[in-house]
Order: sequence, then structure tokens, then C-alpha cells
Amino acid sequence: MSKLVLTRRGLLRTGAVAGAGLALPTVFTSRASAFTNEPKGGAVTLGFTVPLTGPYADEGNDELKAFQLAVKHLNGEGDGGMLSTFSSKALNGAGLLGKKVAFVSGDTQTKPDAARAAAKSMIEKDGAIMISGCSSSAVAIALQALCQEAGLINMVGLSHSNDTTGKDKKRNGFRHFFNAYMSAAALAPVLKDMYGADRSAYHLTADYSWGWTQQASMQAATEAIGWKTVANVLTPLASTDFSSYIAPVLNSGADVLILNHYGANMVNSLTQAVQFGLKDKMVNGKQFQIVVPLISELMAKGAGPNIRDIPGSSNWNWKLEDAGTKAFVQSYGKEYGAPPSQAAQTCYAQVMLYADAVARAKSFNPCAVVEALEGYKFDGLGNGPTEYRAEDHQCFKDCLVVKGKEKPDNEFDTLEIVQVTPTEKVTYAPDNKMFAGGDLGQCNPGA
Amino acid sequence: MDALILQTLNGLDKGSAYALIALGLTLIFGTLGVVNFAHGTLFMIGAFCAVTLQRLLSLSEVTIDPTKKDFLGNALKVKTPYIEAWFGKDVGAAVVNWSVPLSILLAIPVMLVVGFVMERGLIKHFYKRPHADQILVTFGLAIVLQEVIKYYFGANPIPAPAPTDFAGSIDFGVWLGFPPNDIIYPYWRMVYFLFSLVVIGAVFAFLQFTTFGMVVRAGMADRETVGLLGINIDRRFTIMFGIAAVVAGTAGAMYTPINSPAFTMGMNFLVLSFVVVVVGGMGSLPGAVLSGFLLGILESYASMNWIKDVIPGIDQIIIYVIAIIVLLTRPRGLMGRKGVMED
Repeated sequence: MSKLVLTRRGLLRTGAVAGAGLALPTVFTSRASAFTNEPKGGAVTLGFTVPLTGPYADEGNDELKAFQLAVKHLNGEGDGGMLSTFSSKALNGAGLLGKKVAFVSGDTQTKPDAARAAAKSMIEKDGAIMISGCSSSAVAIALQALCQEAGLINMVGLSHSNDTTGKDKKRNGFRHFFNAYMSAAALAPVLKDMYGADRSAYHLTADYSWGWTQQASMQAATEAIGWKTVANVLTPLASTDFSSYIAPVLNSGADVLILNHYGANMVNSLTQAVQFGLKDKMVNGKQFQIVVPLISELMAKGAGPNIRDIPGSSNWNWKLEDAGTKAFVQSYGKEYGAPPSQAAQTCYAQVMLYADAVARAKSFNPCAVVEALEGYKFDGLGNGPTEYRAEDHQCFKDCLVVKGKEKPDNEFDTLEIVQVTPTEKVTYAPDNKMFAGGDLGQCNPGA
Repeated sequence: MDALILQTLNGLDKGSAYALIALGLTLIFGTLGVVNFAHGTLFMIGAFCAVTLQRLLSLSEVTIDPTKKDFLGNALKVKTPYIEAWFGKDVGAAVVNWSVPLSILLAIPVMLVVGFVMERGLIKHFYKRPHADQILVTFGLAIVLQEVIKYYFGANPIPAPAPTDFAGSIDFGVWLGFPPNDIIYPYWRMVYFLFSLVVIGAVFAFLQFTTFGMVVRAGMADRETVGLLGINIDRRFTIMFGIAAVVAGTAGAMYTPINSPAFTMGMNFLVLSFVVVVVGGMGSLPGAVLSGFLLGILESYASMNWIKDVIPGIDQIIIYVIAIIVLLTRPRGLMGRKGVMED
């Protein structure tokens, strides 16, 4: 008969192992289900992480409205929005695989750590099966990594950095929004037509993943059309007063200021650039110009008259004439009294695409959803024919060159579409150097 | 040289905001001995006075124009501000256009009331408590007030533009003999700098040349003796708290065209303003003003490209570096008084 001998060292070792086991988040260790948060009851919960505070709060509010509308439409409430125009007919407005769609939401504060905390809580406490939404690429990259570890699908919200589907891409993550490379590829030929090939550009750049890749893409594209780059100055994301950064532009010899800023950052920097007289300035015998590579309707509204005649690019605009856009604008406009922003459209589309993939795969298993989305071609969600490329999980579709409208007809009439750039003009090879270094890895179902 | 002048101008307008907030902080600390971490919030509330007035003046009657369509294809709803309907289009538009400077008239009584309620309702109970308690309670109050503003006005910055007459910029360089377009500076920032000089001058004149000010200064130097002379010094100090709130509030209201008001703006300024007070010397009003402008200008110089090329990121930390240097060489700050916050 063996005798249990409890030594001090043995007790410590056992305690340490037991403690480490207990300390592991249950979401990474639970084996009771086939995959993380497998829905058991009559409802399935989606998690929406949006910035309700911070420089991108405007976009976050619009994203949340779009998510709420998408959930309504999936549950058969309201007018159905783009369900009627979506090329796939797998969704019927009766929830998802017979379950009612519910959602939880959290404020990312435009900060990756806050976003991770909010998403973790949704996964561990609320049983969210999918995470979507964000307005910052730093947040998108953090959430994508979290979902990959946890075994959930991440339908990225508004993220424009090349890195999201470049060096930081993940098998469980998918991006519908266009990226910085596409913006620059669409915008540069138009800039050459508008301002000529002999220009010197000064970049002010938000100091994080999106800003860096936006600036690199714009520098490469504008240098390819003959422009020179005078300087690139990084500005902290939390900046509100850009006067110290704008003042040096005045005597730098540059005749174009490229503002690689988004959201409230861009509203403040553009307003202050105009206050400093840059729009009226003549340099090198040419009229000084300001370019904002990524423009949204919400930013245009915030910037007021300062945005007029300033060019940029957009993923989508409510003035497009396709059936999907019209259906979505009607649906969203009736619900909220204003046309949707590009942030709202991409988030709505992402929820529809996820739900459609679940319906086609007939499973909530993330790996089945990944398989359904990879290489998937669709239409009717507002951007024309679109493909989720299997190699990097980036959507390829037409994108827009826009500019601030000179004489707006009403408060929503802030941007005009200069050109719809066709997909082939903004498509790049999966191994393009601006997207190099990443690996999708394997699908992770978690559990 | 032109870049240096431009950054000096930039520093002066940044310094204006720092100096105005630090002045109020020092007034409160010097009179009541309270370290008020809710002072930045008073700046923010002042800014939202400008937003409130702008909204009040923009209240509109809605009429339907059947000849025009909205984005949904329905007949367009046209909004006409009541003020334009009552006083004519030109007068109404001019009043709305000047809503930011006019908001000072709203900010003064509002801030007096806010200051009075804050002091009588909460802060007076902490006069004899340690500074750590004061910091905790005022910081908590700041968070509460911040959330209240967020609840009513939302999380997003709200544009509050300067009057169109001051919306452009001035060719400052021409005045100094530089070629045209070399040193261009926004009108409103110059207005803000001049406004801060007027407010600072008025506070100093009030303290220096009025009987009330003389009593307050005497109370700041020796509270007990003034009290023994039969003067109700507490009431005067309460009024000074209200005046400090007015200084912060009007500074916030006038700052709105420079940075759109957001509920976070008070906290953004608070930490920097405390550094300004510490560098200037706790309890010293001239020190707070001097330090505000000095740190504003140095912060602007540090953001010049050639300096950042030598020391990357220096523009983000320069204020704290200067604070460390000053406190190592002059522990009481630039103009600190002996015995203040010293046991």
C-alpha cells in the first residue's frame, strides 16, 4: 500500500501547476464545445467593438447604428436593407441558422488595450461568436490577433492600414474596407491631372500603423507621378493642436500638404492649416494645395467649409447610384434621419457577409466560415462586384476619388465623387512589398 | 529666423491658455490652500458655454420647401433660426456669427455660479484636510463633471468657429519687414493672446488696486491676522474661487475656435497646467503667468523639425524636462514663496 508523502517542494510544485491552470483564461482552455462560444440556446450573440470616445468617435457612433440596423434586418425587422440587393440569397431575415441574432457592444476608446479588454469581456462573459467594428488600424490589428488566439471570426470594421491585411493578417480576420495602397493608387493619377507633375509634398502623418502605411503609400504613388517629398512629420494620435506642426510647412518650400490624418485629427489639422492661410498661399509660382488621402462624410461635416475642393479617397459614398447603395441609404436614412457614412456601410456589409457565410456553411464554426469567405465573390452591397481574396482576406472592389463640394446643396452634401476607380487599377499582387512579412497561418476554431 | 518668429507666436497662444488656467489654479491655491484638480474642467465648462450659446442662437423653425428634395427624396425641411426671423436675416446671422465672443457674457454668470456651488458645496469641507484628500476629491469631481458634459453634449468635438471677420490669417511678417507670405498667423490666435493679456492684467489690477484685492492679498499672506481684524476673509476667498472659475471659463469659451470643444479638453490641459504652476512656483501669480508663456514657447520651439531630428520626440516631453531641471535647481519653482507647501 502506497503512502502519500506531502513534501514542501511537492506542495509548491503542485500548487504552481494548479494555479497556472486556473489562471489561464477559460476561453483558451474550455473543451466542452467544438469551437469557441458555440451557440447552445435560441440566440447567437455578435460583439461590436466601436470607438465611442477618442478622435474617431464620430465613426464609432455611425458604426454602432449600422450594426444595430444589420441585426434588425437579419432578424426580419425593418425594411431588410441590402438583404434584397445582396447577390447571395442565403439569408432570409429569420435570424441565423434558426437562432435570433443578439449583440453586445463596447467602447474601444480608439485604444488597442481598451478594445482588447472590451472584446475579451464580450468573448468570455457574453459568449460572442464574432467580433466586428473599429475605426483605427491599431485597434483592428489588436482585435484580429485576439480573435485568432481565441478562435473567433473578426470582421474588421474601418481599418485602412496596409498592415491589417499585410504583415499582420490572420486567417480568422477579414477586411471589407479598402486600404492605404488602394487610396494612393486611385488618387495619384487624379492629383497629377489636377495639380500637375511638378509638385513638392509635405506630409503630416498620424504616428501609428495606419498613418505610417498611408504615408508610405502616398509617397510612393506621388513620387511615381513626378512629385518630390519635402518632409514627413509624425504627429501623436492624441494631438488636438497642430499649429506647431503646420507652422514649419509655411517656409518648407512645399506646395502641397498631405494630411495623413483621420477623424477628429484630420478635422483639427485641416481647420488649423486653413487658419494658417495655406489654401490661399502661392508657393513656387503655384497655388498651394492640401490633400487628405482618406476622407469620410463625417470628417467633411466636421471640417465644414474648410474641406471644400480638397481631394481624397473613399471606400464608398451614399450618392452612388447602384441598387445596394440606394436600399441601404433609404433604410438607414429612415431609421436615423441622416445618410450613412462609409464607416456605417462597411460595418453593415461585414455583418451581412459574416451572416451569409454562416448560412452558406450551415455552421458557426469559424473554420467553416473562413472557408465560405475565402475567395468569395459577391455583389449588391454597395461597392459593385467584389471579391474576398483568399490569399490575404482583403476585399477587392472599385474605390472612389472624392473632393469637398464647392457649393453644397444641404448639410449632408459635403463630398462629390470625382471618379470611380475600377478594381483592376487598385489591385496588387499578394506579395507586394507594402504588404510583405505576414502569414495568414491556420484557422483557429478555439475551444 | 522667420520659423523662430512663427514658433514664438505659436508658443504665445499656447502659453496664453496655460497661463490663464495656471493663474486660476494659483488663485485658488494661494487663497484657499486647495489643490484643485477640477480646475481644467472649469475651462471645459466655459468652452461648452460657447457651444450652448451657439445652439440657443441656432434654434430654428422648420418649414417645408416642396420644390427641393432631401437625400431620401422627400420634400426638403428648411431651418430658419428664430433670431433671423425676429431681427432680420442680416442681424440674426451676425449675432450667430459672433456667438463665441458673445458667449463670454453667458460664461461669466455661469462660471460664478459653478464656482460658488463647487466651493460651498464640496471644497470648503476639505480646507483642513491633507492635500492628498483635496486632490482625490477634486479629481473625482472633475470626472463627474466631465461625464455630465459627455452625457448632454456627446463624445465628439463640436465645431465653434470664430466670427468670419477673424477666420482668416494675417501676414505678420510684412509688419516686420519680411517678404509677403513668410510669416502668416491666424487672426483668432492673436485675438486669444490679446484676450489673455487683458484678463491677466485685469486680475492683477483687481488684486493690486482695489480694497477687496488688498484684503485678499493680506489674507493670502496671513489669513489668521486678517481674520482677527474682524474681516470675513472666508467670504472673500469664496468670491476669489468664483473669479478663478470665471477666468478659466472665459479662457475656455474663447479657446473654442482654436480647438473644437470636447469633454476631454479640461483633462488635456490639467496636467500641463499643474506643471506650469509648479515650475512657476506654488502660490505665485506672476510665476504662473511667466511659466505659462515660457513653457508654451519652449514647447513650440521643441516642435521645430531640426530640433526633432536631433532629439526625436522632444516636443512631447519638453515641458516635463524643463520642470525637472527647474525643480532640481530651484526647488520652489521660478518665483515660489518660502513656506508654501513646505512643512
